[in-house]
Amino acid sequence: MTVENHHKINTSKLDEILKSYEYKKSNLIAILQKVQEVYRYLPEDAMIYIGTKIEGLSPATVFGVATFYAQFSLEPKGKYEIKVCDGTACHVRGSMPVLNAIKNKLELKDGAMTTEDGLFSLETVSCLGACGLAPVVVINDKVYPQMTSDAISIVLDTLLKEDR
Amino acid sequence: MEKTSLNINIKEEQKKAQEAIKKQGLRVLVCAGTGCVANGSLKVIEKFKELGADVSILTDYDKMTIVPTGCHGFCEQGVLVIIPDKDVTYVRVKVSDVEEIYESHIRNDKPVERLLYTDPKTHEHIRKSEDINFYAKQTRTALANCGHINAECIDEAIAVRGYEALANVIEANDPDAVIAEIEKSGLRGRGGGGFPTGRKWRFTAANRGGKSYVVCNGDEGDPGAFMDRSIMEGDPHKLLEGMAIAAFAIGADEGYIYVRAEYPLAIKRLRKAIADAEERNFLGKNIMGSDFSFTLHIKEGAGAFVCGEETALIASIEGERGMPRPKPPFPANKGLFGRPTLINNVETLANVPVIMLKGADWFASMGTETSKGTKTFALTGEVNNTGLIEVPMGTTLREIVFDIGGGIRGGKKFKAVQIGGPSGGCLTEEHLDIPMDYDNLIKAGAMVGSGGLVVMAENTCIVEVARFFMNFTQHESCGKCVPCREGTKNMLKILEKIVAGKGEMSDLDLLEELAHSVKEGSLCGLGKTAPNPVLSTLKYFRDEYIAHIKDKKCPAGVCAAMKKIVIVPELCKGCTKCARTCPVGAIEGVVKQPHKINQEKCIKCEACMTNCPFRAIVLE
Repeated sequence: MTVENHHKINTSKLDEILKSYEYKKSNLIAILQKVQEVYRYLPEDAMIYIGTKIEGLSPATVFGVATFYAQFSLEPKGKYEIKVCDGTACHVRGSMPVLNAIKNKLELKDGAMTTEDGLFSLETVSCLGACGLAPVVVINDKVYPQMTSDAISIVLDTLLKEDR
Repeated sequence: MEKTSLNINIKEEQKKAQEAIKKQGLRVLVCAGTGCVANGSLKVIEKFKELGADVSILTDYDKMTIVPTGCHGFCEQGVLVIIPDKDVTYVRVKVSDVEEIYESHIRNDKPVERLLYTDPKTHEHIRKSEDINFYAKQTRTALANCGHINAECIDEAIAVRGYEALANVIEANDPDAVIAEIEKSGLRGRGGGGFPTGRKWRFTAANRGGKSYVVCNGDEGDPGAFMDRSIMEGDPHKLLEGMAIAAFAIGADEGYIYVRAEYPLAIKRLRKAIADAEERNFLGKNIMGSDFSFTLHIKEGAGAFVCGEETALIASIEGERGMPRPKPPFPANKGLFGRPTLINNVETLANVPVIMLKGADWFASMGTETSKGTKTFALTGEVNNTGLIEVPMGTTLREIVFDIGGGIRGGKKFKAVQIGGPSGGCLTEEHLDIPMDYDNLIKAGAMVGSGGLVVMAENTCIVEVARFFMNFTQHESCGKCVPCREGTKNMLKILEKIVAGKGEMSDLDLLEELAHSVKEGSLCGLGKTAPNPVLSTLKYFRDEYIAHIKDKKCPAGVCAAMKKIVIVPELCKGCTKCARTCPVGAIEGVVKQPHKINQEKCIKCEACMTNCPFRAIVLE
């Protein structure tokens, strides 16, 4: 694996999460969701730790579950998580030009999905259920309706300004 | 069967809740569904509060109460503000409009004309929502309360007869009668398959006695459908009540609602609704003082379309990779944690309380011979009125697209609708007048599916849409069955080749052959239906495939590989607007000199075309 762990794993934090879910195998997905909330991704060491702490699981199973679901990321996500909806309604109304505009603005090249400064990460999602507002972009749970390449550019500029 | 005596009188509770609502004075309903929140409805609510309104938690109050509601369905016109006592629906309301509504209409009874809905055909202002075509042609049962009550307040649900059906059912103490009623109603699964709901209940009930579960499938994965989200956000108690009735009927004491992680608002509202219902003892131990207990949990999905398949969903609740399992054993016999499990979709369960209240005959009086009741559709794409609608089964496509949907945007020509999402197919002009129900749509090579209805006009490329869906299912294939895993990949490759202008005629036969192998060789619904969009577009729009292959032309002018965007030097004034608009910096030139597009960089997004003030940029 080429993933680098930027975080040192805080096992007491993991224990806390595991305990709140009663160390139950059936709660694995919820546990991973919590861990991702803390680190903004799933560090390898955290997955290994969880795999050894829950009865009936192995690090390999945890890794298997983590890679199965689109929500989990093995790489750190950006401070601003940009999700471009590419559901049918958004696609038909032009979500791809919006995606391209973001890629260009953030200078994401060669399939990279996170900016080098770690500020933005970009992904497409299949449907956010806001089809009446297509095309839609979501940044950290805030929904931006009826996006165009111009509009998203303004949104990104505002976020950049706020961050400085 | 001996009746159970309950420790509450639901009719009394209803009366109390209704009285309390009366005391709220003038109710101003502001939509707080995902769509309207994105358009700023929370700020609209804040502004109303500043002007002196209370937020609807039922208190003794007799002035004006702001009621944040769930989705009205008319998302594109958001933010929607409805004042029932004044018979008015305002659309596209912004924070800056609130004061005018308050001063002019609420205080001085003068409606604000400019905020009324304008009919796209007649250009008339329409005041009442019942008169807006979008609503006028609908019959709302599952969505009846969405947009009319505060979804976060259990009393508002009780006031509109929430939990009355549950109380009746527990009191009557005859689970078999409940199943018989659902069977008689003719209700069929609204998630896609259309399996008779009552029969599913009966199969599961045959295993009464041990531990069993009721699971609600809220993993609305079909891109372009959002009816389940709207129900969970707008009327969560109806879903909880439906589940409790199902649990009572089949003898379950525990249940799960599996919700997509992409729906944070739905999860939040469901959690609140469950907590409130437990507090009232409508859920939990010994419900309403009876022997019946039902505990409900929420499981958040983590983004996998295949989890909408019931056995994959079970695997996911158990904490595993969401891969489908072979059937039999059916979940009714061996489901969640190896126990008998009833799995129904959100919309299906939301129909249960109303069937129990109004009776199976009432429900069966709507719809067609084989498909009873109403169905919700998410109407999106190239129509004037996009949004969520509910119509009796058997309504024609023409009524939906041209009456409710208000026709095609910008006066373009209707081409097709894609129905049922990535598992469905397309319907064309020749299908505009067939009554839409489960069986007619199957005959036409499509399916009702979850009810996603994407309208496509002349400027939508059918081949590109087929590629889009194949790309989706290929990504979402879990990889268990080889025909699905490899077949979808190869079908996608061929489609990509065709839209890139490199297709050959023999590709079409290969595509069809692969489609049949994938359909036959896959275990679950995802694989079995993944080739549908390709097969149905090949059937109805073969010409368009051929145009891409033989003439290297995209008739809709969509496929990037086959178009070239150029600037007409004679028309270009050198204003630099296009160069600034271009997302990839493909436009070069000096101020006041004609500009030029670097074809190697150009991604054909047409942003420059739409922005050019001199119409100097054209498709060659």
